[in-house]
Amino acid sequence: MSEPFKVLTSKTLTLSQANIDTDQIIPARFLTTTSREGLGAHAFHDWRYEADGSAKPEAVLNRIDPTEQRILLAGPNFACGSSREHAPWALLDYGFRAVISTEIADIFTSNALKNGFLPIVVDQATWDDLAAHPEQPVTIDLEAGEIRRGNAAAVPFKVEAFARQCLLDGVDTLGWLQSKLPYIQTYERFREPETI
Amino acid sequence: MSARTLYEKVWDRHVVVPETAETPGVMYVDLHLVHEVTSPQAFSEIEARGLKVRRPDRTFATLDHSTPTLPAGANGERPYFTAAAKNQVETLEANCARHGVELAGWDSDQRGVVHVMGPELGLTQPGMTVVCGDSHTATHGAFGALAFGIGTSEVGHVLATQCLLQRRARSMRVTVNGTLRPGVSGKDMALAVIAAIGFGGGTGYVIEYAGEAVRALDMEGRMTLCNMSIEAGARAGMIAPDQTTIDWLRGRRHVPADFDTAAADWLTLASDSGAVFDKEVVLDGAAIRPMATWGTTPDAGAPVGAPAPHPRSASDQKALDYMGFTAGEATTGHKVDVVFIGSCTNGRLPDLRAAAEILRGRKVQPGVRMLVVPGSEAVRRDAEAEGLDQVFINAGAEWRIPGCSMCIAMNGDFVAPGQLAVSTSNRNFEGRQGKGARTILASPATAAASAVAGVLTDPRVFLSEAALLMQPSAARAAIGEKHHV
Repeated sequence: MSEPFKVLTSKTLTLSQANIDTDQIIPARFLTTTSREGLGAHAFHDWRYEADGSAKPEAVLNRIDPTEQRILLAGPNFACGSSREHAPWALLDYGFRAVISTEIADIFTSNALKNGFLPIVVDQATWDDLAAHPEQPVTIDLEAGEIRRGNAAAVPFKVEAFARQCLLDGVDTLGWLQSKLPYIQTYERFREPETI
Repeated sequence: MSARTLYEKVWDRHVVVPETAETPGVMYVDLHLVHEVTSPQAFSEIEARGLKVRRPDRTFATLDHSTPTLPAGANGERPYFTAAAKNQVETLEANCARHGVELAGWDSDQRGVVHVMGPELGLTQPGMTVVCGDSHTATHGAFGALAFGIGTSEVGHVLATQCLLQRRARSMRVTVNGTLRPGVSGKDMALAVIAAIGFGGGTGYVIEYAGEAVRALDMEGRMTLCNMSIEAGARAGMIAPDQTTIDWLRGRRHVPADFDTAAADWLTLASDSGAVFDKEVVLDGAAIRPMATWGTTPDAGAPVGAPAPHPRSASDQKALDYMGFTAGEATTGHKVDVVFIGSCTNGRLPDLRAAAEILRGRKVQPGVRMLVVPGSEAVRRDAEAEGLDQVFINAGAEWRIPGCSMCIAMNGDFVAPGQLAVSTSNRNFEGRQGKGARTILASPATAAASAVAGVLTDPRVFLSEAALLMQPSAARAAIGEKHHV
């Protein structure tokens, strides 16, 4: 179960490249772990480190203070690729809590929402406006369903209703699914296909 | 009842609790496939809650991603790339033993890459819901199953409840009309479809593939096509079951005892004639050429020999720079360092036959490393029975034991920094096949032709005299006198 997400105010970090895939977010060779912990050290590893393991001083992800810039402003089709939940685990462990993009991959969205990491899809004009003001903190208000920046007009955004409620209340989705057990038993008793 | 799509029919059969505006539906899962990389945290999660695997009989595990493709040494030790990889495999072995889940482990003659193994054992059947912590689960949609990749939290949900929370997706029909030309495969069709839809063009959709050219594919070709649905952003791709499906499944280990009754039911799953799709895409199969990618996304596909396009965006330019290609110039002039044949996309017997057909009596170009990794123990057995392993070995390729290998490069099989690979796998992302690796995605025939020529090569040069004249000089020189028709 993840911690509730209600309101987040932070500066953004812009990674404008399109199609930032899950192999960029967390390269596959770091997936041999059996734990969820500590993956932030490998977040965007190949963008941050040379082949010999030394940090690239010019890499923006090595220069920022992750506690100051907790919102990622990413190019279109963010987190495309694999189903690895290690991607939101790595982003969270690094320090991010949300991503704003014009397009975000399906499986990542599903994984992120289960971990208290908020994926937000906005239109291009909103994205451009946020990218033009990197120094100004942005407020993501999940309860109100809007993004606010300074005196600019609030921009509404949508999150799937159940996922939103789970984030606001810290609902445990597996627990909720277990509460449907009587329905599952009924299905298995009367409708389960005879297969395997 | 109004006309329904294949997807809607399978969905309707698996609704445990219908979705509402406030809550997603509860969807029953018929088959849960498990591998070592995305499952350990899920087992830990359910155990921390004191839960058991609800339906071990509907759960099937294999070892594929982290496993070495070289055999055990004389001392019996497997040559794991890292201690972590070994630990991950042993963790799955222990989890399966503890929860009564059948594992196709090291000693099993059924072990294979999860999306190769499931269908060949007949675990995958039409009309089923199939999930796995792996984005290429759409492969199983080739049988008319609703199959998609899930994250580790959801792996835990399915282990504990055999259900998932799901909302119904939008539907897209991709129709490929006409007849594929000789030398053009399901992989080329997949790359052409993804190029047409765009990398994120399928996001939020379930794709149904239809049309004469899709119907004409064998089951392996259909699996290749569905496998890459996620590369257009679609979680699932499906093909309506037909006689090809039924003939392929008959006699497999886990199919229903009353097979003919099941088969009759499977044929009712096809989309009704009046079914409406949210989006329609139509391609001409006869216009598809052997395809290869020029960039670092799977939609960056073009016919082999076509010039790399002029960039439309900074991302395109970045991709060209990473690949070392120049806009307006063919990508066939660059020396290839590595050729990889295998993966859940192209690790099946017909894939190996297509490659062997080109390699028979020929040699891999000196300086090219070629790795051939069968998708499963069954594929390995069948290939060796036909002597395909000897064709590969005689040509100078390495013949390995089954696994995901160089597709995801987490087992020690990787492409070195800066090297150019022609690969039958599914992703050409930066660093996907190893840090700094440059990947061209292509069919098994194209990969084999490129291994012989030492540069990216249209496989049809080995099939027809006329096509040879259209090849760049480097390829002609490499093929040269070895070319016989």
